[in-house]
Amino acid sequence: MSNKLNFIEKEDVVVKFVGDSGDGMQLAGTLFSDAAALLGLDLATFPDYPAEIRAPHNTIAGVSGFQVRIGKKKIETIGDEVGILVAMNPASLKSNLKWTCKGATLIVDADSFDEAAIKKAGYATNPLDDGSLAGYNLVKAPISSMTREAVKPLGFDIKTADKTRNVFALGIVYYILDWKPDSTLEYFKLKFKKKPDLIDANKAVLEGGLNYADNVEALKSQIHISKAKMAPGRYRNITGNVATAWGFLAAAERSGRPLFLGSYPITPATEILMELAKYKSLGAKVFQAEDEIAGICSAIGASYTGSLALTTTSGPGLSLKSEAIGLAVMTELPLVIVDVQRGGPSTGLPTKSEQSDLMQALFGRNGEAPVVVIAASTPADCFNYAYISSKIALEHMTPVMLMTDGSLGNGSQLFRIPKVSSLPDIKPPMAVANDKDYKPYKRDPETLVRKWAVPGTVGLRHRIGGLEKENVSGNVSTDPANHQLMTDLREAKIQKVADFIPEQEILGDKEGDLLVVSWGGTRGTTQAAVEELQAQGKKISLAHFHYIMPLPRNTHEVLAGFKKNIVCELNSGQFVNYLRMKEPDYKYLQYNKVQGLPFTVNELVSKFNELL
Amino acid sequence: MIDFPNKTIERSSVELTKEDFVSDQLVKWCPGCGDHAILAAVANVFPKIGYRKENFMMVSGIGCSSRFPYYVNTYGFHGIHGRAHAIASGMKIANPQLSVWITTGDGDSMAIGGNHFIHIIRRNIDVNIILFNNQIYGLTKGQYSPTTPMGSVTKTSPQGTIEHPFNPGELVLGAQGTFFARAVDSNVKLMTEVMFEAARHDGTSIVEVLQNCVIFADKTHAAITDKEVRDDAQIHLKNGEPMIFGKAKDKGIRLKGTQLEVVKLGENGITEDDLLVHDQYQQDPGVHLMLAKMAPPHYPVAVGVIRSAMYPTYDDLVVDQIDHAKATSKIKNVDDLLNSGDTWEIK
Repeated sequence: MSNKLNFIEKEDVVVKFVGDSGDGMQLAGTLFSDAAALLGLDLATFPDYPAEIRAPHNTIAGVSGFQVRIGKKKIETIGDEVGILVAMNPASLKSNLKWTCKGATLIVDADSFDEAAIKKAGYATNPLDDGSLAGYNLVKAPISSMTREAVKPLGFDIKTADKTRNVFALGIVYYILDWKPDSTLEYFKLKFKKKPDLIDANKAVLEGGLNYADNVEALKSQIHISKAKMAPGRYRNITGNVATAWGFLAAAERSGRPLFLGSYPITPATEILMELAKYKSLGAKVFQAEDEIAGICSAIGASYTGSLALTTTSGPGLSLKSEAIGLAVMTELPLVIVDVQRGGPSTGLPTKSEQSDLMQALFGRNGEAPVVVIAASTPADCFNYAYISSKIALEHMTPVMLMTDGSLGNGSQLFRIPKVSSLPDIKPPMAVANDKDYKPYKRDPETLVRKWAVPGTVGLRHRIGGLEKENVSGNVSTDPANHQLMTDLREAKIQKVADFIPEQEILGDKEGDLLVVSWGGTRGTTQAAVEELQAQGKKISLAHFHYIMPLPRNTHEVLAGFKKNIVCELNSGQFVNYLRMKEPDYKYLQYNKVQGLPFTVNELVSKFNELL
Repeated sequence: MIDFPNKTIERSSVELTKEDFVSDQLVKWCPGCGDHAILAAVANVFPKIGYRKENFMMVSGIGCSSRFPYYVNTYGFHGIHGRAHAIASGMKIANPQLSVWITTGDGDSMAIGGNHFIHIIRRNIDVNIILFNNQIYGLTKGQYSPTTPMGSVTKTSPQGTIEHPFNPGELVLGAQGTFFARAVDSNVKLMTEVMFEAARHDGTSIVEVLQNCVIFADKTHAAITDKEVRDDAQIHLKNGEPMIFGKAKDKGIRLKGTQLEVVKLGENGITEDDLLVHDQYQQDPGVHLMLAKMAPPHYPVAVGVIRSAMYPTYDDLVVDQIDHAKATSKIKNVDDLLNSGDTWEIK
């Protein structure tokens, strides 16, 4: 490639592709991140798309984006500010400029900036000419016309040509990063195996983008990022929802219990359902039910008959499942309920992320109905927590709520592939045939767990259900003392799970001026902010919680060592109020945001600085 | 031995009796309730069906009918209101070796569980549904249900209901049901017979039992079930036989134009040859629907097996797809999956 430009060495860079939904921004972002991964860089991605499938053309409402952060060090977040913005139309530039850093490179499709589109985006004048972008490195690339030129010799019409504009933009970005387009060309070869002319077209367009960038004077420098230093092993890129699905498949294999998912499509959880539907070869039974309630009830039925039973949903669906979760509590059956949280209440912000279902997960049922609540914290660790949730559900005969969120579910990260045999054992408490002592609610004295007697087994016929049962015998009982006993046992059984989960870790010293407390999908940002201040010598530490109900056994001590505690979460203060209830000896400050957006490292750093 | 199409469910190696299915729980239905007779019919039919007793699975929702699982010594699951069909769907899909039986009522299945009811039928999951239709909410003490006749005075309709009731048979066939039978609670023999047919049918089977609630809707079916009128008010459909009914066996059903008509044998030269011959196995549900809808005062109520058509079941198709995927997929275990697609080694 050209050697006329300077190389700038960088630790990391944030690239965002934005355009009309339908402009292929999600694909461009995915191809870009795959290329980065194959070059040995660490990365995190996040798609940012509207709820509408095709909102009106060229409007702000219709803007779809895909953000990727790549770097040579461990990438924990998708980055606060965008360094390279590819904007395919005026509306996408307008709505995303605020996320770019000072002096960011803006690559725009100049052809799309016609009068009508500029007006539709809400600009009074053309931003490419009115000087408003003077502080940026603006690349006014006539992407549409050059794409058409590139495929003209191959005989493609304008409509087909315009579908590959995203690939032209990708070529420009590859040039800036000095990447070879090999992995992307491989993708086209595979994808268009049956339409070889499209392989040629995409190749011509991608090379068109590279060549254009090589010739244009607006590009003053190229960026170079060296390979990330990562632990040895085999890696792949994975989204949180796929990782969740795969964690369940691994748990089914290791436990020997067949996997059953009963689910109903809901954004942003649907990918788990779609992903598991692919693996019938692994015996996974996936039932797309008629509604959320049937999703969980079918899972409860499958659980009674011996499956690793799952249901997946988001906040509104969790509301619908509440009564059935109570049934699983009462019948003490294993069940994992995944809540990929989104903005609420009601339909809320379906495609935006929030942590506002925590109270619902903990307490949103009639009666005293405790369940285990676990939260994943990165796209890749969704695999681990799906596995652990299954293990706890199966071994402790209880519903487990696994909390992820839209940014974890849709976001991606590099994932070090484990060997399934290296994962912890899962040993469900199966009742054996003709066990003379079997009683439905006879419990293990240590764990308080009852046995799982699967229909079809000789000698274990029994009846259970949603009515209160007599302890041990399982007969229907309205006896006051028994109800008290069973209520206490159900609670104690959940609390006993604390003996089987790891202690809470602290990132940093065990004592200091400020303890940052966070949970779930915010780990990337809270950790980055805390590490930044630690590097400045501040006495700040992080306790990021994965186990919420029950809390880790050492939670009390973890909170004890600091002058101040601040709980940061993307809601109005749900975990902090839970801590106030469970650990009332401490005073808690809180930092909350309910905008459908993740925290930025900068806002956290400035908040923590105020307190230090 | 009667052939059972279902080869998945293991049969008992020993002959079973009623006593094998008696539970140790006290039956708590009201004296005179029609449910007792349904329980007797189930106790009759389970040993006859001949599956291993451990392979029977009773499932229910909420209501008087839903206490049923406690009274039968099988694996049993008492669910929540309206959801028995969804729970049972999961059970049968996850574990096709079970003979799954749902006991439910008109409120449980037609109101709160209406969605699950139509969808389990549409999918044709191989379960057996005994629908206790007493046209009232019994356990909540006497409110009108989706099958309560219009105008009925109940505790929530002091001036009479202003709702058009469902005919369960119409709903079942509208949802593409493959099996629908009707029986009355005063005829244990008939109930036993149609329950046996339901078990034999591979697919979702619905047995509607016209059941009497002695407390809140007593004699609601009297016009059909009373000794004095029943022979003229019911027609017992039998496959392959002409549709004849009446105390004197002198009445029949024929097709006139696009409608059914009750005719008198011997009048206007009408003979048995003019009558419809019942074909429960025919695929087209047109005549079945007309039969299911027959009601007084112009028609007798059809009892017996009205429809029993063969269609693939959801649970069989799931197994087929899994077998096919296992035979053809390169992904044989989770390690294969984790290492599939784009992966790379970092040393």
